[in-house]
Amino acid sequence: MSTEATPATDAHDDHGHGAPDAPAAGHGHAHPKWLAHHFDTPAQQFDTAKLGMWAFLIQELLFFSGLFVCYGIYRSWYPHMFVESSHQLNKLMGGANTIVLLFSSLTAALAVRSSQTGNKQATSRFLIITMLCACAFLVIKFFEYRHKFETGCLPGPYFHPHELSHGATLPGNAHIFYSIYFMMTGVHGVHVLIGIGVIFWVWRRNERGDFSKEYFTPVDLVALYWHLVDLVWIYLFPLLYLI
Amino acid sequence: MILAPETFQLPRSMSAEAPSGDALYMDIYWFSLVFLVLITGAMLYFVVKYRRKKGVRPERTRDLTKLEIFWTITPLIFLVIIFHVSFETYVKNATAAEGAMEIRVRGKKWSWEFEYPNGSREAKELTLPVNKPVKFILSSDDVIHSFFVREFRVKRDAVPGQYSYIAVTPTELGDAQIFCAEFCGTSHSDMLGTVHVVTDEQFRKHLDEMDKMPEVCGDTGKEQCTPALWGRTLFVKNGCPTCHSVDGSKGNAPSLKGVFGTLQPLTQGPDVMADENYVRESILRPQAKIVKGFTNTQMPLFVFKDPQTDALIAYVKSLK
Amino acid sequence: MAAVTTPHTGHHEPDPTESYLGGETGIKSWIFTLDHKRIGVMYLISVTIAFLMGGVFALLVRTEHLSHGRTIMDADTYNRMFSLHGVVMVFLFIIPSIPAAMGNIILPIQLGTKDVAFPRLNLMSLYIYIIGACFGLYSMVHGGVDTGWTFYTPYSSSDPAHGGVGTPAAVLPMTLAAFIMGFSSILTGVNFIATVHKMRAPGLTWRRLPLFIWALYATSIIQVLATPVLAITLLLLTMERFLGLGIFDPHLGGDPVLYQHFFWFYSHPAVYIMIVPGMGVVSEIIATFARREVVGYMFVAMSSLGLALVGFLVWGHHLFVAGMSEYAAMVFSALTFLVAIPSGVKVFNWVATLYKGSISLESPMLWGLGFIFLFTIGGLTGLFLGMLAVDVHLHDTYFVVAHFHYVMVGGTVMGFVGGLHYWWPKFTGKMYDEKMARVGFAFVFVGFNVTFLTQFVIGSRGMPRRYYNYLPEYELGHQISTIGSYLLGLGFFVLLVMFIQSLRNGKPAPRNPWGSAALEWQTPSPPPLYNFITDPIITRGPYDYHLATEAELDEGWAELDARLAAPKKAHVDHDKPHAHGTSLSGDDATAAKLDADAEAGKDTTADPDGKMDDADPDAKPEKKSDDSDDGEKD
Ligand code: HEA
Ligand code: HEA
Ligand code: HEC
Ligand code: CUA
Ligand SMILES: [Cu+2]
Repeated sequence: MSTEATPATDAHDDHGHGAPDAPAAGHGHAHPKWLAHHFDTPAQQFDTAKLGMWAFLIQELLFFSGLFVCYGIYRSWYPHMFVESSHQLNKLMGGANTIVLLFSSLTAALAVRSSQTGNKQATSRFLIITMLCACAFLVIKFFEYRHKFETGCLPGPYFHPHELSHGATLPGNAHIFYSIYFMMTGVHGVHVLIGIGVIFWVWRRNERGDFSKEYFTPVDLVALYWHLVDLVWIYLFPLLYLI
Repeated sequence: MILAPETFQLPRSMSAEAPSGDALYMDIYWFSLVFLVLITGAMLYFVVKYRRKKGVRPERTRDLTKLEIFWTITPLIFLVIIFHVSFETYVKNATAAEGAMEIRVRGKKWSWEFEYPNGSREAKELTLPVNKPVKFILSSDDVIHSFFVREFRVKRDAVPGQYSYIAVTPTELGDAQIFCAEFCGTSHSDMLGTVHVVTDEQFRKHLDEMDKMPEVCGDTGKEQCTPALWGRTLFVKNGCPTCHSVDGSKGNAPSLKGVFGTLQPLTQGPDVMADENYVRESILRPQAKIVKGFTNTQMPLFVFKDPQTDALIAYVKSLK
Repeated sequence: MAAVTTPHTGHHEPDPTESYLGGETGIKSWIFTLDHKRIGVMYLISVTIAFLMGGVFALLVRTEHLSHGRTIMDADTYNRMFSLHGVVMVFLFIIPSIPAAMGNIILPIQLGTKDVAFPRLNLMSLYIYIIGACFGLYSMVHGGVDTGWTFYTPYSSSDPAHGGVGTPAAVLPMTLAAFIMGFSSILTGVNFIATVHKMRAPGLTWRRLPLFIWALYATSIIQVLATPVLAITLLLLTMERFLGLGIFDPHLGGDPVLYQHFFWFYSHPAVYIMIVPGMGVVSEIIATFARREVVGYMFVAMSSLGLALVGFLVWGHHLFVAGMSEYAAMVFSALTFLVAIPSGVKVFNWVATLYKGSISLESPMLWGLGFIFLFTIGGLTGLFLGMLAVDVHLHDTYFVVAHFHYVMVGGTVMGFVGGLHYWWPKFTGKMYDEKMARVGFAFVFVGFNVTFLTQFVIGSRGMPRRYYNYLPEYELGHQISTIGSYLLGLGFFVLLVMFIQSLRNGKPAPRNPWGSAALEWQTPSPPPLYNFITDPIITRGPYDYHLATEAELDEGWAELDARLAAPKKAHVDHDKPHAHGTSLSGDDATAAKLDADAEAGKDTTADPDGKMDDADPDAKPEKKSDDSDDGEKD
């Protein structure tokens, strides 16, 4: 990597890059302000970030895989109990949430698209819609949870089912299903919450004008993350609600 | 001598299963020792021979693919052989012979309880006839324990909520040491026991006498038995002292000194008078009434026949 | 790191020759630094403190065993001591020790880059580690845990405060601590993977990567793939204790053996997180002190990946007596033997590297050779345990304790301390007292063997582990072992004093005190903020002694010969810290040519008959007898 003069502006937000007495130059040079000091080229920085994100997403998948294995094992041991307990979940709300999340995944992808073409307003708009969908998801989830609390469909010692829909009765060990249900949806919900946080942060940076046709890595990465959150739900919904 | 596994590294062997496992141990031991000596020897030799010397250059490393393949494949062949014999032995040792005597083994904090086919129970000590195949059926009342009989070379976890099995045939007369090999809390290391391997005749005699008060008992084993003295023997054998002191000092369970005939404060409900019924209930159904301040430890369930319960009550009564 | 910590005012590139330890000082310049070296140093200090803490717990454990019955503590305290010893050593010390502490400093330098790919993530991982450690300390202040480092359910998950059968100890903060520290480990792994893939200096092809990098790369893969499974397991365990989930607790319908499968699915690969970086360090040390490329470079590199992958398939060997089917046991036993192969490949290649090398026994090399010997014992005894029929007897005895100390202390700690000796001059710019280093090594080596060889014997004779009390017949063995552990402690104490002395008044270290051909030795000691004065271009492998120029080796062969002729002369006189360029080639024309070769995918290191030597004007004429013994080596 050469050490030629590098533009650095006062809006400098990335960590200290810049050659001695570099004049505040415009964007689009070989060493734009968002290029961190230890990268040679924007392409290298983008590829690295993307690779890092993929590694992180694989990690996320394995994190959830533990829960899926639990689900698989207990389902194979107690298939009847799983079917009975699963009937107590609200398919309508679950289905609505699936649509909400799928839609938000679309808007996240559109945000990346508009950011690639340098359309700042559209990017902001899509990011906001994505966040709103995420919030809607959580609101619906809240009502679902509240219903579970009211009817006592809870894990372990808190399991006291009553007033179940279609007057059903649950097997004694159905609390295991709800343990798994709350763990899976809970951990997923935390991911949604974190997602809202990072999308908000990316949105603010977009508003501030950090991104351009050349530099949109954070938008890209946050969308990848959001697709993963969506993907996990795509598996959770049929496993918990439908089958 | 020190290098020889059979005399120095392994305990006495007392079961039909032990010799085959020991033979495997010796195989892998000598195998490893040879590899270790070769590797270390070569290393030391090279270090001495090729110490940095004036004017002598290291030879440049070349591609030695054939050599690499050689030392990838050769150990693999060794390992396949070792694996094969070890697995055969394992399967052979794991299957119980037809008509084996079934012994229930229950692990509980912190003692082993044994139930013979005739329903008699005993704790800490187990008596087995020599040369008769035995099948242990293990379970646990609380956390995971592991039933380990050193001289038999057998070990298996006793997992709460499921049964597991051990097949073994004692072949030598004498005593074998029982350990608990899975960590189970405070007195894990005191969860010991003894297997007495005896002749068939002695075994039958033992079964007959087990539920009756013996002629003699006590510390020396030669005192004239009284109910209280027998109670004390049972108390010690069943592992009660791992939780209860009898001298008034407090552990994770109430001391039994001076309990009888006094009011006991409970976590729930009014105080109760510690009479015969209370003590009986405390022993046979410990969760029914819980003494105040002792919710951190759970007393395990015990099953005693009436004469034994009477003896224990007599003993508790005697603790003034 | 001025420009980093104060981005809005720092419009100047730091002085390219200023050491990373110089420049900005003061606490803020450390705790907000994004420089991988400073982060690495902070990690190094943290893991060393953790090691000393774990060591003190170990000495208390050993002291309790001086006599049978009570010696200095009661049973509950003992159970907490060995659990804390295990937890601290595994989660606070050994997992971050080589990758996060040493790797952080060395990896970017060996790659010829300025920093790791994500410096902020790097700093974050340090803070996550420290937050996790704080939870651990909180648990210790509240009495610690007595579950062992394995946290087996239902003992750990069933809270007697809610009528459970488990332990009343402070399990929750401790499992949370391990959970949190897991993320620190994952982030380091993510960072290293991206760095190795994308940040290599021009000319640094995969075939030229130092073996330490290969090892860290393999480790990172395990960290990213295995640690999240531990995280979710500990989360389930925590929630089970907290809310009574009933997934692992049989009294609530759960299955405790499932917990063990989950736990070992992480923790067996984790033992390769522990050992593989140590193996990487040893490869570097052996190459440097034998002045020779490690034999079978590609095999050694690939065996790291092999361990990483096969390591995922063998977790069941910890459950042979826990109730699995014969057929599952068979598969796990077979796969267990399979992991011995890549380890064996490494051991054989290290030994072969010594053959016809030019071996110098400076202190790092002693640790390297010690590693080979002790790891071989540890690994071979692992085979005893992998044999189904033998493991039934040996499981959960001191034989297992001795096995894993031979691999973890005899392996990883040896590699860690050896690496510390090896790179100390680079990290700190100071030399240490070689004599003290040897004394320390002798105590550690002897003390270690006395401690743990004895444990093999009492273990195979039936002494179970995690025992507060023991039968009188084991007393002699325990006493010998305890005395050994005191020698061991004394050895580490000597080393601690030695390193502190070196910091306070060690002689300044030369750029390349060991005469190594590897890249990290081509930059000043300690390195400047951006690691190199000018950005390096790589034209040969890190072990190509035949291509290295005299300037690169710092002391040419002639100088070296003079030094050997007049022994005992300290090598610090050769200190010319800033005199050298940082390219791995002294000659631009050659550099360009070799670069072109590298571009074309042709590997200059694999030049079969050494013709390349002639093409390199700076290379020494070497090897008096090149062909004389070709025959016996192939
Ligand atoms: C990296 C991992 C690591 C390391 C380095 C060690 C190091 C040591 N270990 Fe440990 N050990 C474990 C990991 C490790 N251990 C694990 C995972 C367990 C299982 C726990 C469980 O069952 O859950 C275990 C269990 C364990 C046991 C079994 C306990 C039991 O089952 O009852 C014993 C017993 O001897 C032991 C001893 C030692 C000793 C003597 C050292 C020595 O090497 C320590 C040397 C270090 C020092 C001594 C400190 C440094 C020096 C100073 C502070 C200077 C001052 C000191 C003096 C002057 C004396 N360890
Ligand atoms: C750094 C950590 C580390 C490493 C590298 C290893 C390496 C190995 N381990 Fe170990 N192990 C532990 C740490 C480690 N282990 C710990 C902490 C425990 C206990 C956990 C607990 O319960 O608390 C444990 C427990 C453990 C068990 C369970 C024992 C029990 O509880 O019953 C088993 C069983 O198979 C085992 C096997 C092996 C094997 C086969 C290897 C192999 O990878 C070794 C391979 C190496 C060699 C074989 C030597 C070099 C090869 C040659 C010189 C070639 C010649 C060899 C041949 C021809 C084969 N280990
Ligand atoms: C794991 C530890 C443990 C063991 C072993 C144990 N106990 Fe207990 N025991 C307790 C605890 C805890 C209590 C108090 C809580 C309760 O009342 O259940 C208790 C209470 C009692 C009481 C009532 C004491 C009082 O102060 O009112 C008696 C009597 C008793 N145990 C007898 C026995 C006998 C007899 C044995 C052996 C056969 C035994 N215990 C073994 C833990 C144990
Ligand atoms: Cu029971 Cu350990
Ligand atoms: Cu393992």
